[in-house]
Amino acid sequence: MRDTRGNRLLFQIGAILFALVIASLVLFLAGAHPLAAYKYIALGAVGSWDVASNVLVSWVPLLLATSGLLVTFTVGLWNIGIEGQITLGAIFTTWAMRLLQDSGWNPGIILTIAVLAGVLGGTLWALLAGALRTFGGVNEIFGGLGLNFVATALNIWLIFGPWKRPGVASMSGTLPFDRSLWMPIAAGSSRLTPATIAIAIVGIIVVYAMIEGTYFGLKLKAVGKNPRSAYILGISTWQNMMASFAICGVFAGLAGAVQVTAVYHRLIPSISSGYGYLGLMVALLVGYRASLAAPVALFFAALNVGSIQLPIVLKLDSSLAGVLQGTLVLFVILGHGVRARLLKKTKGTP
Amino acid sequence: MQVEVRGITKCFGAVRANDNISFTVPSSSIEGILGENGAGKSTLMKILSGFYSPDSGDILLDGKKVTIDDPADAIRQGIGMLHQDPLDFPPFKVIDDFILGKKGGLIPNRRAAIREFNELATRFDFSIDPESYVDTLTVGERQQLEILRLLWLGSRVLILDEPTTGISLPQKEKLFATLKKLAAEGMTVLFVSHKLEDVEALCNRATVLRQGRLVGTVEPPFDTKVLVEMMFGKEIPQEPKTQLRMGTTVLHAKHVDVEGIRIQIKNIDLRVRAGEVIGVAGMEGSGQTLFLSACAGLVQPVKGSLCLDEDEKDMTGKTYHEFRKKGVVYLPAARLEQALIPGLSLTEHFILSEGMKGLFIDRKKSEELAKSRISLFNIKGRPDSPVESLSGGNQQRALLALMRDPLKLILVEHPTRGLDVESTIYIWGKLKERCARGTAIVFISSDLDEILKYSDRVLVFFAGRVTLPLRASTLTVERLGRLIGGKDWDSIETEVSHA
Repeated sequence: MRDTRGNRLLFQIGAILFALVIASLVLFLAGAHPLAAYKYIALGAVGSWDVASNVLVSWVPLLLATSGLLVTFTVGLWNIGIEGQITLGAIFTTWAMRLLQDSGWNPGIILTIAVLAGVLGGTLWALLAGALRTFGGVNEIFGGLGLNFVATALNIWLIFGPWKRPGVASMSGTLPFDRSLWMPIAAGSSRLTPATIAIAIVGIIVVYAMIEGTYFGLKLKAVGKNPRSAYILGISTWQNMMASFAICGVFAGLAGAVQVTAVYHRLIPSISSGYGYLGLMVALLVGYRASLAAPVALFFAALNVGSIQLPIVLKLDSSLAGVLQGTLVLFVILGHGVRARLLKKTKGTP
Repeated sequence: MQVEVRGITKCFGAVRANDNISFTVPSSSIEGILGENGAGKSTLMKILSGFYSPDSGDILLDGKKVTIDDPADAIRQGIGMLHQDPLDFPPFKVIDDFILGKKGGLIPNRRAAIREFNELATRFDFSIDPESYVDTLTVGERQQLEILRLLWLGSRVLILDEPTTGISLPQKEKLFATLKKLAAEGMTVLFVSHKLEDVEALCNRATVLRQGRLVGTVEPPFDTKVLVEMMFGKEIPQEPKTQLRMGTTVLHAKHVDVEGIRIQIKNIDLRVRAGEVIGVAGMEGSGQTLFLSACAGLVQPVKGSLCLDEDEKDMTGKTYHEFRKKGVVYLPAARLEQALIPGLSLTEHFILSEGMKGLFIDRKKSEELAKSRISLFNIKGRPDSPVESLSGGNQQRALLALMRDPLKLILVEHPTRGLDVESTIYIWGKLKERCARGTAIVFISSDLDEILKYSDRVLVFFAGRVTLPLRASTLTVERLGRLIGGKDWDSIETEVSHA
């Protein structure tokens, strides 16, 4: 087999079809008609302006997480710790809001400070994972996973301890902030916040430009592809790794801040909503190419929102979105592997 | 067990690592397999032990044709291989490592295994505690453990790849006694080495390989001169060398000690002068790479100091990047693993090595840079070619093209390994151009002709020992070959002190 654009596309389409077959099988076993289920997911995602805006609400933190992960993947790091970084971003944002909510300052200023505080929280948590890796020899996957648990514990402790609702602490989180301190909602919508959408779009453009067009991005690529050679070529390796951790932390922190200021308007136990892990899947699916991140993240967000319809209409569990997303990523990566093997065979190398 | 190979051929791409090799080793004998680096010894042994399958040719055990599918199959058929770096499991206990390869029930019978381990160990006078951990053993003891394990698994042919590197003298004596005992009991031993004295002390016969071909088989008493000639080829008359220039000091290594995983080099004292070429000879793994890495700050010396320039600026403990800023570069032998970045294009490599300022990459300017370098260094490739798509010779040219100008010192491993004659001449032409402009070059090579042809002075490494710099004009391939094999060291050291 030859390495052509045509057969690459063929393998990708094949992977999507396989994923649909597996998901259909799961639906069939659950006693539902697959086509009906897909129809309801589609309707649930784009059937009305209201559900479509829900998709955008979900797209923003997912795209932010993916943007950050593209940077760490470029330098060859698996920043699993992004979940914890989002949580810390949310915690720092909540902290700033709690300090300033009664200050009487302009809500715009309070929100800006809160978002910046979130950025700080995410960055610090990411740098911690980076420092563990660089100076402690802890693989970033293990370090990140550990820090995720610490972040969750810290979050729960705050919600049930120092920041608990007056009276009784609750799984539904801290007391919501005053409506004046919500991220401004677009006219005619119930949830859409143009400011956060703008942040996400600017974010992915910055990441794209950085990776594809700057010296810094090229250095990250070099370190990611071969740290030893990069070092011999005069590129600092651990410094660039730390920098990419910090950048990913910025994006994770932004995602956390968005969750608090624009989605939940309070701190809740599952504030990261799994966007970190989902972002990892999106980054894997797009093969670390920033140009594809925005549409694929939108598709994943649509699957998430659309499948909320399933329990309502078909009495199915909404986790079907996860099944679809997971099998899709698996088959696309499997397709890459199979294709690479076939290409190698043609070349005749052992 | 009698081992016979018939017409074994194995190619890696265009390289014929083994070219129609045939020989027979009778049982109860120790066969030395000699040859310089790249002669094809390891490939042949890996074919015998099931790591590779030959492209053509047969293996016969006791006169019967066999096929060996993989290393486990080799052991089933009685062929055990002791690798140069022991393939054991350092975090394991000795006894667990010992029973690992054994076929058997679900639950290993550790008590019986310990008993058998101790019996075997006593037989060969090894003292290893089966309950200790593998990583607490010395290299020699790990080797003993590996021998015991292979014997226990029923090996009747034992292949040893450079087994005397990194073990102590008493351990070596014990190893030799063990091998002789095993041979007397009917074992066939294939002993791969480049140390002439080891082969002379141990082997019943020596088979010499060169450039993938069998050169011949020699019976004792061994004549070192004949062996060296067989290993390295006939003497080639050298062209007269230009007068040695004595430029200013570029690098001064003062009583440097360097330690690697298996090797220690003590007390190297070397002054490298501007414009000169120093060749570093020695069998691979004798410490050359370690020393060169230390000269570039890639490895920190454990003792001594490294100074740059005439004013002896102390650089001990500095990183490679600081050496690089001062005009020292290191070109590793493993081009794609250690020097170039597969997946990035030639243009991207040039951008990275130039260390350009600013935020955004100037695409047009960098492509022009790449084009001019490509034509200047005669690289067969386009600016957007990924480096891994280039041939070895063109990758090496790219490496040279990536070096900045001017440079003080170029440290290079095997500058022309695997390259054709044209590329070799081209690359040395480019390096010599640098020398003419005052750059000093220190290079490692296993090609003795290359060492003699291009060096002003030569350092020889042998098992962690280093000669003082020898004038290349006073050396011949034969003398160099003997030094690399560990011969004549006493005479050389006195000669140098008289010089």
